Amino acid sequence: MSVAGPEAEARQRRWLTLPAVAVITLFGVLPLVIVVVYSLLRSAPYGGVEWTFSTDAYVSFLYQKDIFDDTLQFHADYLLIYGRSLAFSVVTTFVCLILGFPTAYFIATRPVATRQIWLLLVTIPFWSNLLIRTLAIMLLIRDDGLVNNGLMWLGVIDTPFVMIFTDFAIVLGLFYSFLPFMVLPLFSSLEKLDFRLVEAGFDLYANRFQVLTRIILPIARPGIVAGCLLVFIPCIGAYVTPLILGGGKHLMIGSLIAEQFGSARNWPMGAAQALILMAGVLVALWFYGRNARRGVAHAR
Amino acid sequence: MLDNTKVPGLAIDRVGKVFQQAGKPDFRALDDVSLTIRPNEFFTLLGPSGCGKTTLLRMIAGFEHPSEGEIRLDGDPITGLPPNRRPVNTVFQNYALFPHLSVAANIGFGLEMLKKPRAEIEATVAQMLRLVRMEEMADRKTSQISGGQQQRVALARALAPRPRVLLLDEPLSALDLKLRKEMQIELKRMQAETGITFVFVTHDQEEALTMSDRIAVMSAGRVLQVGAPRDIYDRPANHFVANFIGDSNFLTGTVVEMSAGLVSIRLVNGAVLEASVPSSVTFGATATVVVRPEHAVLAAPGEGVIAGEVETVIYFGTDTHFHIRTGEGATFIVRQQNRRGDAAVAQRGEAVSIHLPPGVATVLAGEA
Amino acid sequence: MRARPATARAGQKATDVRYQPGFFTVALVCLIVLYAPIFVLVGLSFNANTVVTSWTGFTLDWFAKAVQNDDFYSAAANTLTISLSATVFSTMLATAAALGTTRGQPWRGQGAAYMTISLPLMVPEIITAVATLAFFSLLASVFGINFGIGNLIIAHTVFCIPFAYMPIRARLEDMDLTLDYAAADLYATPWATFWRITLPLLLPGIIAGAALAFIVSFDDFTITQLVAGPGQTTLPIYIWAKIRRPLTPEVNAMCTVLLMISVFFVSFSAFIGGRRR
Repeated sequence: MSVAGPEAEARQRRWLTLPAVAVITLFGVLPLVIVVVYSLLRSAPYGGVEWTFSTDAYVSFLYQKDIFDDTLQFHADYLLIYGRSLAFSVVTTFVCLILGFPTAYFIATRPVATRQIWLLLVTIPFWSNLLIRTLAIMLLIRDDGLVNNGLMWLGVIDTPFVMIFTDFAIVLGLFYSFLPFMVLPLFSSLEKLDFRLVEAGFDLYANRFQVLTRIILPIARPGIVAGCLLVFIPCIGAYVTPLILGGGKHLMIGSLIAEQFGSARNWPMGAAQALILMAGVLVALWFYGRNARRGVAHAR
Repeated sequence: MLDNTKVPGLAIDRVGKVFQQAGKPDFRALDDVSLTIRPNEFFTLLGPSGCGKTTLLRMIAGFEHPSEGEIRLDGDPITGLPPNRRPVNTVFQNYALFPHLSVAANIGFGLEMLKKPRAEIEATVAQMLRLVRMEEMADRKTSQISGGQQQRVALARALAPRPRVLLLDEPLSALDLKLRKEMQIELKRMQAETGITFVFVTHDQEEALTMSDRIAVMSAGRVLQVGAPRDIYDRPANHFVANFIGDSNFLTGTVVEMSAGLVSIRLVNGAVLEASVPSSVTFGATATVVVRPEHAVLAAPGEGVIAGEVETVIYFGTDTHFHIRTGEGATFIVRQQNRRGDAAVAQRGEAVSIHLPPGVATVLAGEA
Repeated sequence: MRARPATARAGQKATDVRYQPGFFTVALVCLIVLYAPIFVLVGLSFNANTVVTSWTGFTLDWFAKAVQNDDFYSAAANTLTISLSATVFSTMLATAAALGTTRGQPWRGQGAAYMTISLPLMVPEIITAVATLAFFSLLASVFGINFGIGNLIIAHTVFCIPFAYMPIRARLEDMDLTLDYAAADLYATPWATFWRITLPLLLPGIIAGAALAFIVSFDDFTITQLVAGPGQTTLPIYIWAKIRRPLTPEVNAMCTVLLMISVFFVSFSAFIGGRRR
């Protein structure tokens, strides 16, 4: 198929790509457009939407309408949830980077056979059921979980140390869930590292730490940025983790959005929240794109 | 100027190729190339990388379409035919052996695609394995054989369907020097045994000179000279050919006398030199003359036509190169065969002269 | 004088330019963090005690109990119907798209097509979930269209496409285009070239892609939970319903089974996809 004339060949390849693009456009992009439309409508009393234009959904993100005189009053409830989500995500991304980088580096410097084993060990959790993995964390940190039972048996504590349904539980869960998302891109960037550059660094009197910070880290930068993004995006939109480890309060944006579409029955509100989240993700992606380009320029 | 008579062989008729590149000016890879390759000929396209030789080869194979001109095989136009309908096979530079098929299955692939009967395929594959001396390797995977062996399999695979023309795209470039020399001889033998036209692409002038019946020297999308290796070496058509093939000394002078096939040139230093002329020159015109280093002879000062001083002496085993700084400030290279027991003919810093025996100088056409 | 082994090892470390102190410890900690909870969960599925977190003895009863349950069977049937359909559809679409977006000159709009294909990877799952819910509810309320379990198959196919696409594309990019030229040169028609050369060489990529698509669909919770209609319970949804009640090791047993399936497919995909030509 590749040996026909260049125009015919390009046409052929365009047709091959069309079905997948059409399916994603129809069932993946169009729904996002519908969300945009919904966010500008008024919510129907019992779920769904009323087809009248309204910016209520966005206004209520920051203001609450007074029930008596319809004046708008600033309220920070939603802003607080967004702030929490952002804080959780930043902390998680940072912890993942601090622990993920040495891990990825260690794996990348193993002999090929050992490296494959380590890589598979990191890959398996990456693809394993998030719900089940989060449930496993819950089993460990519950009041009668393994950690508390162990500590009490050892006599370190008398009453259970409350971890479940705390901020700590959520960050721990997020870290545990998305650590492989940091290690894998870091690995693929470190795997390509030319260690002759490191040798050159030592040759020019750098010590191990200087070699790490002045040579390895700058070269691995595209991988670091990619890894941070791959952790940050699912964190900021996390749904399962706060659901299981947060104890049902709307602690993060993901739970908030789901609630608007579920029990709160305020679809325009949920749609608006989803779009605000999406905007945040786009900013992160834009940041990534800018950095990736700079990374390429740097590599030349 | 289409020639519609049934000329046997492969005719490249005023072929041009322009590549359109997004955001960049168009690139002209081939410019008005015309060649006639005779049946049963070992024909080489020689030139530096980027000269268009591979593009031309891919056009003959059918992987590229000419922007202008026509390619004819035994008088029939093949320009519009897809590669799978051209009786032409290719030995690829990286061999392109199918990694999921055995050696024998690779060799039989073309015949299978041509829907030949099974018995015939088996017989031909056996014959080809014998031809390339790979009988024991028939059932091996292509990843389990050496580079040289992969090369032979690629050759056998391309020869098995008995194409009218075999195209070879720098097939020896991945081999080490010793193996390359062996394969050069092997290729000549196979061409003689099969009687198939070989079109060989290389950038290695030595390889071209040893193997070819005729060579086309290409540069920047154009054919500069076509001829037998000896013609090209002894009578290069222009500066580029003279420089690309072997080492050359260039001398400039004025045409002072002309006779049949010979001219006299007065050099800048006043000496007069006889040179052969491939094409016509004008009386009184400035002409460039080329002299091969091994054709010049070192002589005592005053004996030769050009005086100079030995600047560098480089020992090469079989011969020695003397770099002579001439009175005009140019460098002239003289190569002398080493004989056993000889001391160097001249030392660094010694005053010498350069003798040019009759017939060693050639006037460059186009620069006459 | 012979150097003691310990000294020799230290010397090796000193000259190994790749060595960084403490990195092995961190890697080990990460591995423990990743696996300890899973091992606890799996271990407790063999616990004879009904209270999940205290160990009294080994038993396989919970597996038997988990499997002897009609709800489990119907959830498993739903899961397999959805996952297998989504795998087949997404792998076919992804294979065609990978063939269309690699090798040869990029066509006008190819960049946009690539963006579209990778879109499901960039949108947070919760947004995809509510968008898909809004889309299907609009289809149902305005046009009266409801594909039943087909809704879930469509939703899963969409987010499986990029997962199937990536390994297939990677494989294609590794494949030598000259092989296709060689086949054409040896009289193979474009169709024969595809079936005899391109497809057999691409097969490991396709299998790896299909395995990943299957695992992603099989494990999906967020999107399924929001889009699923009544009676469309899948295994992850079923487990979620179970853990909202007091936990019994039966849930652990089910989780263990699901994890084993994931581990199998991931290892399989890594093995197939990673195999060199």
